[in-house]
Amino acid sequence: MSLERSDVEKIAHLARLSVSNDELDAVASDLSNILNLVEQMDQADTEGVEPMAHPLHMVQRLREDRVTEQDQRELFQSIAPFTEDGLYLVPRVIE
Amino acid sequence: MYNKTISELARGLRAGDFSSVELTRTYLKRVSSFNSGLNSFVTVCEEQALQEAELADQRLKGGHTSLLAGIPIAHKDIFCTQGIKTSCGSKMLDKFVAPYDAHVVSQFKQAGAVMLGKTNMDEFAMGSSNENSFYGPVRNPWKESAVPGGSSGGSAAAVAARLCVAATGTDTGGSIRQPASFCGITGLKPTYGRVSRYGMIAFASSLDQGGPMARTAEDAAAMLQVMAGFDGRDSTSAEAAVPDYSATLGDDLRGLRIGVPKEYFGGGLDANIEASIQLALNEYVSMGAELVDISLPNTHLGVPTYYVVAPAECSSNLSRFDGVRFGHRCSEPKDLEDLYKRSRGEGFGAEVKRRIMIGTYALSAGYYDAYYLKAQKIRHLISDDFRAAFNQVDVIMGPTAPSTAFGIGEKADDPVTMYLSDIYTIAVNLAGLPGMSIPVQPVGGMPVGLQLIGNYFEEAKLLNVAHRLQQETDWHSASPAGFE
Repeated sequence: MSLERSDVEKIAHLARLSVSNDELDAVASDLSNILNLVEQMDQADTEGVEPMAHPLHMVQRLREDRVTEQDQRELFQSIAPFTEDGLYLVPRVIE
Repeated sequence: MYNKTISELARGLRAGDFSSVELTRTYLKRVSSFNSGLNSFVTVCEEQALQEAELADQRLKGGHTSLLAGIPIAHKDIFCTQGIKTSCGSKMLDKFVAPYDAHVVSQFKQAGAVMLGKTNMDEFAMGSSNENSFYGPVRNPWKESAVPGGSSGGSAAAVAARLCVAATGTDTGGSIRQPASFCGITGLKPTYGRVSRYGMIAFASSLDQGGPMARTAEDAAAMLQVMAGFDGRDSTSAEAAVPDYSATLGDDLRGLRIGVPKEYFGGGLDANIEASIQLALNEYVSMGAELVDISLPNTHLGVPTYYVVAPAECSSNLSRFDGVRFGHRCSEPKDLEDLYKRSRGEGFGAEVKRRIMIGTYALSAGYYDAYYLKAQKIRHLISDDFRAAFNQVDVIMGPTAPSTAFGIGEKADDPVTMYLSDIYTIAVNLAGLPGMSIPVQPVGGMPVGLQLIGNYFEEAKLLNVAHRLQQETDWHSASPAGFE
């Protein structure tokens, strides 16, 4: 598997990561090498094998439906880059 | 004082030979003397440590029973610590002060342990050399120009250099065992679910597991005793009962069946390391254990499979870093997409970005079956290999890593070569089994680790097997020159 610059641009967009034009070739080469390593998986015959979701095949534990957390909005917003009136601020989305 | 084990120190504290404050000052002094060279701590909590030590001294006078009371330890900077910077080795979290404690951290607080500080690590635990830290590489106490291993390299170096009695680490593909091997210490990755992941910053949630890093198996048992147990705040926390890990340390090993997988020998393994491993195996034979040749035929698929599962899960976990709620935010974003892309582009280092992109690609439309689903199927095959082996043997042994600690910069430019340094440790995480690394005979003056792999929830057995070797040999007590 060999990725082109355009593939990297597409993946970086999906991952919401800025990658500069100067980096594209190096990133394409690194990712291609990793995918070549990954493709060794093709040697394995997995016909009829169940995918493993949990090492001990445990099922999701459910908890009782009751309130256990107290409101800590101020504490959690104190570490946010920008807040106002209890809201997280981002650039305007709708003009 | 700093060469004593946890139980020796606990006795000294209770006998009044020294106080926790004195012990803590001794360690803080060592940290300030040696850390500028090693770079093993990213944060030192001098004031808080001394307060905790004073409190521990009071509790000890009141008859506090935990072995860890008053003992100075360090936490890997992946564990959230309330009111203290928790960076995860990343620029993204360089200014992040955690609003709560990780389960593991609060367990140690309850036990009365003293936290000296937070240790350096590969960014978001992604790496095998500690070169991926925003705060610069950690140096190996055995050789300045060598890496300490990763990702828990800061913890491993700090324990080896006696800058703390013991430390916590996390292991997603070998991140406790490989640095333990490179730095000549004892490290244990427990069964998946044994130690709560609450407040432990997530990398690959189906593989991540916290565990102890210490100088002896006996100390690792004391640490694990504090860390292990059910926690309702981690949805995959195991409800299995926690045994007394110290009680069985001295159990006799006569009749122990040790599986020696042929896939872990030959190939890329350094011949001198193979000889060291063989020497340790012979010790076990002389203690009455029996060696059994076994095969783990899908071992070669471990690394490729891991590099689908771990990046896929990391791309999902790290999507929370959006520049909005916490962490790095770019300046003057022109719109929401620019905010996301530049905050993430600036906040994450090269390896983290590579893994996010590999994961994003593997999970993207049209590729899921070929990558993630295929990987989860192979995980089943790898897991079945171990199940079959444990029908025949009690414990599996082999090398922890194919080489001793390599040089800083030696593999930094080639991600795939770096990935292969975890070739013997990765399958254990894919199967969710417990694994350990303990020091055996060094090669060329550098530490070598023997890996022990146990069946699910058999940490006590691993600790027993490790402890017995440490009673018969003194490889674990060697200390790096200049740090004795």
